[in-house]
Amino acid sequence: MRSSTFVRLCLLPLFVFTSAFLALPLARLILSSGSGEAGWGIYQQILTTPRYTTALVQTVLLSLAVTAAALAISTTAGLFLARNRFRGRGFILSVLTLPLAFPGVVIGFLIILLGGRQGLFAQLTDGKVVFAYSMLGLFLGYIYFSIPRVLLTVMAATEKLDPNLEEAARSLGASSAQVVRDVILPGLAPSLVAAGAIAFATAMGAFGTAFTLATNIDVLPMVIYTEFTLSANIAMASALSIILGFVTWLLLVFARGFSGSSAAAGG
Amino acid sequence: MTLTLTSVSKTYPDGTVALKPTDFHVAPGEIVSLLGPSGCGKTTLLRIVAGLETPNPGSQVKFGDDDVTELPVERRKVGMVFQSYALFPNMSVRGNIAYGLKMQKLPAAEIDQRVAEVVRLCKLEPYVDRRITALSGGQRQRVALARAFAPRPRILLLDEPLSALDAALRDTLRDELAGLLRKFGITALFVTHDQDEAMAIADKVAVMSHGTVVQVGPPEELYRNPRTRFVAGFVGHAVHLEGQVAGTTLRTQGGMLTLPRDGENCEVFVRAEDVAITPNGALKARVESSVFLGTHYRLGLSGITAGILYSNHAGLAAPARGTDVRISIDPSKLLLIDQSGATP
Amino acid sequence: MEYSRAKALQLGVTLLTCAFLLVPALQSVLAGVTRNYFIGISSGFTLRWIAEVWELYAHSIMLSIGIAFACLVSTLVIGVPAAYGLARNPGWFSRVLEEFISLPLAVPGLALALALLQLYGSVKGFRTSWTFVLVGHVLYTLPFMVRSVLAVLSVMDLKTLEEGAASLGATSWRRFWDIVVPNAMPGILAGALTVVTLSIGEFNLTWMLHTPYLKTLPVGLADSYASMRLEIASAYTLIFFIIIVPLLMAMQWASQRAQRIAA
Repeated sequence: MRSSTFVRLCLLPLFVFTSAFLALPLARLILSSGSGEAGWGIYQQILTTPRYTTALVQTVLLSLAVTAAALAISTTAGLFLARNRFRGRGFILSVLTLPLAFPGVVIGFLIILLGGRQGLFAQLTDGKVVFAYSMLGLFLGYIYFSIPRVLLTVMAATEKLDPNLEEAARSLGASSAQVVRDVILPGLAPSLVAAGAIAFATAMGAFGTAFTLATNIDVLPMVIYTEFTLSANIAMASALSIILGFVTWLLLVFARGFSGSSAAAGG
Repeated sequence: MTLTLTSVSKTYPDGTVALKPTDFHVAPGEIVSLLGPSGCGKTTLLRIVAGLETPNPGSQVKFGDDDVTELPVERRKVGMVFQSYALFPNMSVRGNIAYGLKMQKLPAAEIDQRVAEVVRLCKLEPYVDRRITALSGGQRQRVALARAFAPRPRILLLDEPLSALDAALRDTLRDELAGLLRKFGITALFVTHDQDEAMAIADKVAVMSHGTVVQVGPPEELYRNPRTRFVAGFVGHAVHLEGQVAGTTLRTQGGMLTLPRDGENCEVFVRAEDVAITPNGALKARVESSVFLGTHYRLGLSGITAGILYSNHAGLAAPARGTDVRISIDPSKLLLIDQSGATP
Repeated sequence: MEYSRAKALQLGVTLLTCAFLLVPALQSVLAGVTRNYFIGISSGFTLRWIAEVWELYAHSIMLSIGIAFACLVSTLVIGVPAAYGLARNPGWFSRVLEEFISLPLAVPGLALALALLQLYGSVKGFRTSWTFVLVGHVLYTLPFMVRSVLAVLSVMDLKTLEEGAASLGATSWRRFWDIVVPNAMPGILAGALTVVTLSIGEFNLTWMLHTPYLKTLPVGLADSYASMRLEIASAYTLIFFIIIVPLLMAMQWASQRAQRIAA
C-alpha cells in the first residue's frame, strides 16, 4: 500500500462520520428552516417579530455583560495568581479552574442554592433576597462557567509574556499601574480577545443554565427550545438555531484569526 | 553491492527540475560522497536511491542486478542516516537499533546478538538503555548510524550526517565516521555541502551543480585536476586569473605568467595557498586586506585579476595594507580548464 | 502605598471569586448529607439521600459511564487516525475539514441536536437506541480529540521519523503503530480524558436527544432539580462531583503536559 493511500484511509472514518452526522443534518436544518408557512421569509419574520428581536437583543446584551465581567474578574485574578507565589495558591487555582466542564444544569442548581427561595441569601435575609430566577441569576450562572475558561487563557498568556518587558518599563520609571496599562494589557490583548469571544459564544448558546433558571426569561436558546417542544414550530426553531449557530461560529472564527489559539465552547 | 543509476531524473509537480538525467555508478564497498551547494540536487539523488522520492519515468535504479526503481523505501533494504537523525523518541537506544531487525521478523535471539555486535562496533555499550533525549549530538549520530547499519542493508545512505553537530565536535566526529564506515565495509553514498567532509570520508567524490553531476573522481584528482570552473571554485576555492592566453603564457593586469602547457581555449585558476609573496616575483599587486589566522596571514590582493586574489602567506610578518608587493605562482600549480565545449 | 493597595484589591477579587465558585458547591455537598437542610447541620448527617439517589438514578449513572466509554472508543477510532491524516496532509482540504469538524465547538448543542433530530428522528431503531445519544456525544467531543492529538503531532518532525522507520522496512501500518501512536500518546491521553469528562457532563445535546428510557446522568440531574427535594438533588450533585472532579483534575494535568510538549 502506498503511504498516501494509507493517509487517505486514515481520514476516511472521520469523513464518513462527519458527513453523516454533521454535514447532512446541518443541511437538513437549513432546508427545514425554509419549509414553514413563511418559506425563506421566516428570517425576515424573525427580524420583525418583537418576541424574537427582544430575545435576540436580550441574549446579546446579557452575553456582552457576562463577557465584560468575566474578563475583568479573570484578568485580575489571573494576573495575581500568575505573578505571586503564596501558600494556598494551588488550592485557589484549582477552585477557580475546576468548574471548567461542569454542565450548565449543575451550575444552574448551584445558583439556586445561592439565590433561590431556600438559598443562602434568602436564609441570611429572611427570604428577602431571591435572585436565582431573574436576569441577575442567569448572569451569575453564565459568569460561573466563563471564569475558568477565561482564567486559564489569561494565565497561559501571562506566563508567555516576557518579564523583561515589565522590568524594562519599571527601569524607565513606570508605576505599577502604568506597567499594567502600557505593557501587560497590550501583551495580553490577543488572548483576551480570544477568551472574550469564547465567553461570549458560550453565553449565547448556553442552554443548561437557562433551562434551570430562565423559566420566565426569553433568551434565545430557551425561545428555540419552546418553539420546538411546545409550539412544534420546527421551521422557526431551525431558523433561530441557524442564526444562533452562525453568529457564534463567525465570532469564534474571527477571534481565532486574531489570536491563533483554539477556542472551545460548551456548558 | 554495486549501485547503478541510469538516466535518473526528477521534475517536481511545480515544474522545478531538481535532477537532470544522470548516470552514476558506485562499486561494491566504495564510499562515495555527493558534494555540492544547497539546491544542486544531491539530496534529491540520495532520496531517489533510498526510494523516498519517485524519479521521472524512464529512470532506472539498480542495486547489483536487482532493479529497485519501483520498490517503495520499506522494501529496498537500504540503511539511511538522516540529517536530523530521525531517532524514535519513544524507544531506547536499543529499541532504535533493533527496530529494523524486528521489521525483518528475525528471531529474538538473533536480534539481540546483532544489536550487541553493532553496539560494540559503534562503541555505544554505555548507552544502550538510555532514552534518545539523554544523548549528546555525537552519541545520537552514532546511534543513527548503528540503527541504519544493523539490519545489514545493501547500501548505506547518509544525508548531511554531520551538519546537526556543533562546529567544535564536527572535525573529530568526521574522522570517527570515516573510520566506522571503513570498518563496516559497506557501499555508502553520502551527501554533504562541505568539501573537507567529502574529502575526509569518501573514496570518490561526485561534485554536483544545478541538477547534474559535473565531475566524479578521487578527492586528489578533483582537487588537482578540476575539469570545470565550478569544480575548481567549489573544491578548494580556486580563483579565476583573468587575462589573454597566448601559447604557454598568460598576460594579466599585473604581469606575465608562464603556463605549464599550451593554454589555448583554457581558463586559468589558482588557489590561495599557491600564491606566494616573493621579492622577485613576476607579478605586481597591491595588498588590500590582511588578516592573521594563526598558521598564516590571509592577504587580499588587487591589480592582478578583476576581483580580489587571495594569498596564504606563511611568513612571520605580513606586508601592510596599501603596500605594493611582488607575487610569484609556480606554473605547475596553475589549473587550466578547457573551455571548448565545456559545461558551466 | 499604591503598590500594596493594588495587590490587596487583586487578592480581594481573587478570594471573592473563589468564594463565589466554592460556596454553592460546598452547600450542595453539605445539603446532600444533611438530614434536613432547612433545619441545618444541627439536624445531623446522613447517607440516606445518597442511597435514595442510587436507587432512583443508578441506571442513569451507569448509562452515562457506558456512553462515555463508548464515546471514548469511537473518538479514538475516528479521531487518532484522522489527526494523523491531517498532520500528514497539511493543505487546504485538511484545514477546511478541521474547521468543519470543529463546528460543534461553536454551534450550540441545541442547534446540533435539532439538526440530528430532524434528519434521523424518524429512523425508529436508531432514534430510540442509546447510539443516538452516543452520536451526539461523539459529534461534540471528536474535535477535542482530533485537536489534542494534532497539536502534539504537528510539533514533531513526523515526516522524517516515518521516513526513518520506512527505511528500516516498516510498512505504513507498522509506522502508525510503532511511531505515530506512541509519540502522540500525551495528546491522546489528554484528548481521552477531555472526551470522557465532557461526555459524562454533556447536557445540551443529550436533553434533546434522550428518550424517557435513556436518561444520562446530567439529564437525571435536571430531572431531580425539577422534581425532587433539595437534599436528593444535592446528594445527586455530590455523586456527580465525586465522578467528575477527579476526571477534571486528571484532564487538566494531562492537557498541561501535552501543551508543554506541543509548545
